[in-house]
Amino acid sequence: MEFLNLIMEAGVSQGLAGIGAGIAAIGAGIGVGRIGGSALEGMARQPEASGDLRSNMIVAAALVEGVALFAVIICLLVAIG
Amino acid sequence: MNLKRLNILTILFLFSLIGFGQNSHESTPQSVASEAPVTQHSDEHKEEGFKIGDMIMHHISDAHQIHFGGSLYMPLPVIIWHEGHLDIFSSSHFYSVNEHGELDYHDYKGYRNHHEMIEFVGENAGHDAHGHKVLDFSITKSVFGMLLILSLMVFIFKSVASKYLKNPKTAPSGLQNMLEPFILFIRDDIAVPSLGQKKAERYLPFLLTVFFFIWMCNLLGLVPFLGGFNITGTLSITVVLGVLVFLITSVSGNKHYWGHIFWPPGVPAFVKVILVPIEIMSVFIKPAVLMIRLTANITAGHILILAFVGLALLFGQKSELAGYGVGAGSVLFMVFMYCLELLVAFLQAYVFTLLTALYFGDATQEHHHEEHGHSDVGHAH
Repeated sequence: MEFLNLIMEAGVSQGLAGIGAGIAAIGAGIGVGRIGGSALEGMARQPEASGDLRSNMIVAAALVEGVALFAVIICLLVAIG
Repeated sequence: MNLKRLNILTILFLFSLIGFGQNSHESTPQSVASEAPVTQHSDEHKEEGFKIGDMIMHHISDAHQIHFGGSLYMPLPVIIWHEGHLDIFSSSHFYSVNEHGELDYHDYKGYRNHHEMIEFVGENAGHDAHGHKVLDFSITKSVFGMLLILSLMVFIFKSVASKYLKNPKTAPSGLQNMLEPFILFIRDDIAVPSLGQKKAERYLPFLLTVFFFIWMCNLLGLVPFLGGFNITGTLSITVVLGVLVFLITSVSGNKHYWGHIFWPPGVPAFVKVILVPIEIMSVFIKPAVLMIRLTANITAGHILILAFVGLALLFGQKSELAGYGVGAGSVLFMVFMYCLELLVAFLQAYVFTLLTALYFGDATQEHHHEEHGHSDVGHAH
């Protein structure tokens, strides 16, 4: 029983925070991957629109990353605070 | 191309040499593996080992003194309001630098500096004494950084403005030339499309200030060896920016804006029941997300850079060779992260300004008949 208590005390919240950060990374990866994919597809169809597509892709990536990093901040607060 | 590649390699090599010049207190492999052009100081030579979490938190958080590396600390003024009187003194009273280059904290005049938060414990208080809250108006590292950035901005923009006033008809040159593309970019590509030609003039000062402030604060946080500023990465500063955006949006909201929130046109009644609370919440959530996005991006970037450096030190503790090997790889990754962070510094300022301009445009838009009703709620949060 004592050993079990010891294991349970050893930072379950930190471990879960790590898992949460990993899930946030999955979300960011899927989101930005889709943005990049459709941007590249558009550039392949119409190379002269490349500049426009590139700037809009970067802006959309920043917005999606914002949401994922929100989750990362929460996990950081759990792990450290 | 060959000359360019040679230049880049030279710069990388010089950066790595800087690490060898760092002072080491014991001849452990950590001092040599600290070859990083980042706010790394080789003072983690505790006997109990290198705690990477502590190092990262030390560089991310605010402090009452600036640590330039090794044993070099610059104390900053501490301004406290407690029980009706004002206490101003240097923060050097709170600590003394020991031989490792670390700080030994002690109390002063009844105040205790507990993890860089000041509390009042009374004279001769024990280690576990309960601290009472004080009003802390100190010039901390972030405040000092902000004052630096603000004075720099005032100087730059006043000189550019006076140049425009003196010779309005000549071609721009020098600093004016460097800033003109950015100012015109914000006016023509961010403010005017969202706000319209006439109203853009009213909000342009705020948009320009916020853009350059965020950009320069982000860049200041990336400068190595300067003590590790993390201005826009602290929630307490970005919350002010978010609150300002909220205030300006609410104050300049005309009756169409508030009407659309509380009584969205063109939707059936049962959808209104769901939509109106969401619209009311979004009035508060939109500035809050602005704040979180900026903080999270900047802090995450700093943590990544620090983590790569700390990784090299962590491995260097185990064996010297591992320290060198991991150090070489981690320096490369860290340089890559640095380039990414430079892009992120500009991008976050741009995204903040863009969304702010969109919210202002939303708040001040004139009424126009939409045949589909309320169809312009397409912003990303």
